[in-house]
Amino acid sequence: MIEARGLTKRYGPHTAVDQLTFQVRPGVVTGFLGPNGSGKSTTMRMILGLDDPTSGTVTIGGYPYRRLPNAGRTVGALLDAKAVHGGRSARSHLLSLAQLAGVPRQRVDHVLDVVGLRDVARRRAGEFSLGMGQRLGIAGALLGDPEVLLFDEPVNGLDPEGILWVRTLMKGLAAEGRTVFVSSHLMSEMALTADHLVVIGQGRLLADMGVREFLDRHSTGFARVRTPDGAGEQRRLLAKVLTDAGARTEPEPDGALKVSGLPLPRISDLAHQHDVRLHELSPHQASLEEAYMRLTQSEVTYRSGVPAAGAAEEPWGTAPHPYGTAPGGFGESEV
Amino acid sequence: MAAAAAALRSEWTKIRTVRSTVVTLAAAFVVTVGLSALLCLLTNHNFSEATRNATTPFDATATSFGGIILGQLAVIVFGVLVMGNEYSSGMIRLSLAAVPRRGVLLAAKASVVLVLALVVGLLTSFVSFLLGQALLGSHSTTLGAPHVLRAVLGAGFYMTLLCLFSVGVTAMLRNQTLSLGILMPFFFLVSPILSAVPKVKTVARYFPDTAGRAVISVYQPADAPYGPWTGLGICALWVVAALLGGWLVLDRRDA
Repeated sequence: MIEARGLTKRYGPHTAVDQLTFQVRPGVVTGFLGPNGSGKSTTMRMILGLDDPTSGTVTIGGYPYRRLPNAGRTVGALLDAKAVHGGRSARSHLLSLAQLAGVPRQRVDHVLDVVGLRDVARRRAGEFSLGMGQRLGIAGALLGDPEVLLFDEPVNGLDPEGILWVRTLMKGLAAEGRTVFVSSHLMSEMALTADHLVVIGQGRLLADMGVREFLDRHSTGFARVRTPDGAGEQRRLLAKVLTDAGARTEPEPDGALKVSGLPLPRISDLAHQHDVRLHELSPHQASLEEAYMRLTQSEVTYRSGVPAAGAAEEPWGTAPHPYGTAPGGFGESEV
Repeated sequence: MAAAAAALRSEWTKIRTVRSTVVTLAAAFVVTVGLSALLCLLTNHNFSEATRNATTPFDATATSFGGIILGQLAVIVFGVLVMGNEYSSGMIRLSLAAVPRRGVLLAAKASVVLVLALVVGLLTSFVSFLLGQALLGSHSTTLGAPHVLRAVLGAGFYMTLLCLFSVGVTAMLRNQTLSLGILMPFFFLVSPILSAVPKVKTVARYFPDTAGRAVISVYQPADAPYGPWTGLGICALWVVAALLGGWLVLDRRDA
């Protein structure tokens, strides 16, 4: 169990982490999500006692990290895959870490097997690709067979097979009852890996909830409705009826209608009342990525000059933003 | 206690599994012994010329440590690498995550460096002395002569202290390149030059290297303000200060 209370880190006038309070529970994968520069790595470093908080506390199992008994065997962390002396072999690197943490040296070969680096264990780590480096970093995190695991952007540089492997690994570790805290700036990745989400932007907590709940709350659904092909008047009639009933409609390039703001049964009933035949009526959910971008868009520190497509315009979004960012607000603040 | 033993093993692994640390330590031996031997050979062949303007009696012992001026640089590089590798690679964060009690990490590093530098330093000083005396022929001295054993042991201690000093300085600066950029010119140029400048000389005498090297000379200069062991003690004080500073920086600052 990781517990942050009012965790704050300031560098001069810049506040990197601002009053973060959250818990990371054992048995589930908790995703730590935020745009680049939102304070994820700083938070990770404070959890590990590497950086001291300006105010607030963060504990693991009730202890601040620097007072944690057997820290090396209780907590495993991947912070930066490149944090390896390039001249040292993978095996020697892990051996020095194992010795430092008081872990039996047999664990070195074991974790090398787990991450699939056994064959290159004697090669210099400097010759490793980014993906192999990530695997070596993950091996280091697993060395002490720890109860608590922290991974900072573990899938960076991994190929699809590697990403799938990391995903399976995280879930497996959580299923064994461990506390798994994984940071990422990719919502799509977290949607597949995490059970719980802690979302931050500009160092502030934006959301702390289950992935399911996050989806329900932040991604508005829409329906795709298709009238018989070639019956243009039917489609125009349906669009008018639905708009009158309070829905927002938008024609799609393939002739279907994108409808938001009305439940599916109601759309079906209205079509029936007006004698419009439907060839398709299907529920859709706006992608999690879009929901995430909407949530963090006002918080992005390093914002690109061009508004991201899908975040700027929001043709089907109806629900007012729960954190006060009105739909379309991104575009306004941008110019 | 277990944590300390674990950290010691780990530091030993870190040193022996990187080529640069092994090479610099070996270089300290080779350079010191080789250069000293060469100096002894030359001195023996041009003895009257080499000692013509000498104010003190010919010091056969110190002559056989002539190479230490260059050899000490390798020792300093070794000390910088042991600490600086952690920062240049980013490994420091992994190390401190494994051993959150930071003093333990620095103490383990300093202890392993102490032992290694002492072994290599003493080996270097004895080999350098014995080979040098063999090459000095009729001008040679023996370990049994007054103060000679002190000088030979002292040479080993001196190299050890400089190495530890480098560890402390690098821990304070947290940067390998910067540490080398300051320590190398200081010990190779600044300190020797200032030691030759009148007035400034009196201050330069208390620099770690000038003070520490007093122990290597069998004959002390007539105007020396301190004896050989006191000189080494002054050098040791520098080491303590540097390591203390390094510990404070490591303990207080964000890693």
